[in-house]
Amino acid sequence: MFQTALKRLLVLQKIKPYQAPVSSQIRKIHVTPNLRHGEYEWQDPKSEDEVVNITYVDKDGNRIKVRGKVGDNVMYLAHRHDIPMEGACEASLACTTCHVYVPPDYFDKLPSSEEKEDDLLDMAPFLKENSRLGCQITLTKDLEGMEVQLPKATRNFYVDGHKPKPH
Amino acid sequence: MRPKMTYKLLKRALSTSSYRSRPQVCIVGAGPAGFYAAMHLTKKLESVNIDILEKLPVPFGLIRYGVAPDHPEVKNVINQFTKVAQQPNVNFYGNITLGKDVHLHQLRQHYDAVLLSYGAEEDKTLGIENEDATNVVAARRFVGWYNGLPCDKDFKVDLSGRTAVILGQGNVALDVARILLMPIDELKKTDITEHALSALSESKLKEVYLVGRRGPLQVAFTIKELREQLKLKNCRTIWNEKDFIGVEKIVPDLPRPRKRLTELMLKSLNENQTVTDDDQIKYFKPVFFRSPNKFLVDKNNQLTGIELTCTKLVGDKLEEQRCVPTEEKDVINCDLAFRSIGYKSVQADKDLILKHGVVENNKGIVEDSAGLGKLYVAGWLGTGPVGVILHTMGNAFQVAKVMLENLNSIDSYNKGGFTEIKKIISENNSNVIDWGGWEKIDKYEKEQGKLKGKPREKVCSVEKMIEIAQK
Repeated sequence: MFQTALKRLLVLQKIKPYQAPVSSQIRKIHVTPNLRHGEYEWQDPKSEDEVVNITYVDKDGNRIKVRGKVGDNVMYLAHRHDIPMEGACEASLACTTCHVYVPPDYFDKLPSSEEKEDDLLDMAPFLKENSRLGCQITLTKDLEGMEVQLPKATRNFYVDGHKPKPH
Repeated sequence: MRPKMTYKLLKRALSTSSYRSRPQVCIVGAGPAGFYAAMHLTKKLESVNIDILEKLPVPFGLIRYGVAPDHPEVKNVINQFTKVAQQPNVNFYGNITLGKDVHLHQLRQHYDAVLLSYGAEEDKTLGIENEDATNVVAARRFVGWYNGLPCDKDFKVDLSGRTAVILGQGNVALDVARILLMPIDELKKTDITEHALSALSESKLKEVYLVGRRGPLQVAFTIKELREQLKLKNCRTIWNEKDFIGVEKIVPDLPRPRKRLTELMLKSLNENQTVTDDDQIKYFKPVFFRSPNKFLVDKNNQLTGIELTCTKLVGDKLEEQRCVPTEEKDVINCDLAFRSIGYKSVQADKDLILKHGVVENNKGIVEDSAGLGKLYVAGWLGTGPVGVILHTMGNAFQVAKVMLENLNSIDSYNKGGFTEIKKIISENNSNVIDWGGWEKIDKYEKEQGKLKGKPREKVCSVEKMIEIAQK
């Protein structure tokens, strides 16, 4: 019992100082040289304590369960598991290709979005109250069981005969 | 005739069955639409051969030549496109012009599917008096000039005057304003072309107007671009308070994006609006409800100002409000004017039918003729020049999906693909640039940039590109 507790504490200690810089790094990723291109997400969890199970729901409604870990970026994790989430700007907050919906109970657990993310989300088709960019979500233990949903389509109106408005 | 046939037979005998049984896809235009379509096709089709043809010797289209130099993060998508191009079944063939080196019917003859994604390269004109005046320029050409587009490298823009007017209020208009008003030291760190940098460093421009026909609630630029503009060092934004009458009380009812954008404008409006004597300060002046009537010129056809018709909005619903002219006129004196009211596509091949600047299509399918490969269109050529990269991506994926279904329904693949096209091309163009050639150009540009403390110094001449690629 004590050992598990100690282990957990150690893990937490390991995680804690690590987690903080991660989120702040990601925010400023366009100026930091330590840009992670998703290599971290390819590492399997080292122990059960690290595991965060989440589910991706693709645009056709298919549910893909993924065993992630603390510190994983939701966008890069999706890439590892062949989930059709793009990431054109590589998590540098310059596009909206990783737009997802997060259920309200989990949405509230996420650190609130920064102005820059909100500005980009404003450009995303099918924006909802619970829209976020996948590249800005870092897994924590709190997010165990989260379901992120990909938008039904990334604006299909053009091919469906929509006439775009001129500028 | 005989030796040619023998050659063909021999080739057929020698070629492996796997090659023969592959669908041959040709994509015309190596910009985001073309690359995203290629990405989707290679992901979903186990066996396919994709040839991406490009007019320029270099790939990436508007990512390279449209995205502003101070937005390097947006260009990160190049890494993904590079991965697509490096796949063994994807080929890049640069310096091939559709309609000149090869014709559409020839491509359709030798490929199972042809996707046109060559974008919208021509700027729309206003069609008003004196539009040919000296110093009335296309924003598109200005963008091409600072981004190193070969056909715009010799573009001349006179920045010796005090006032510039940009007609249009989209993101291209804001890009132009920002590049004109940005401190030169910040531009120096970007991959902006050296010729643009040197001209901009001599600029005497003090104020830039951004003129739109409609009101603050209808602007086409997005919040990210406006915020960057408002944050520019040594630049003050001056709004016309009258343009915002009644806006504040509508704000709460607006959809989120429009709401946040409008709030940002109102916030800026309530900030420092005074003009100072400070030499260092430049001014950005958005003007609403003005439609250009005619350019005013002196006897040398030199621009002196723009006469504008004041407009008002009619209609109850905000989204459906139309803009109508009033009796009132206004004049802005200026030395330079940019036309930034949108792009249109060109008819690259005589067989193509364009309507309102786009190729008409149904879910990306252009037409289906017996015996010829199916023709598709993706990106701005099919949708019109609107939207950010996400929209182009979505469109390209969907068109690729339609292509996929059609390709899967073909019983046997027997098209010759680029092997045949090469014969046609080599009759008058022997300088096809492949991906290896582009990699050499890329390396050269990065090396040149390093010498100047920039990420890249673009090669702006096609001849030079070819020379480097063929070394």
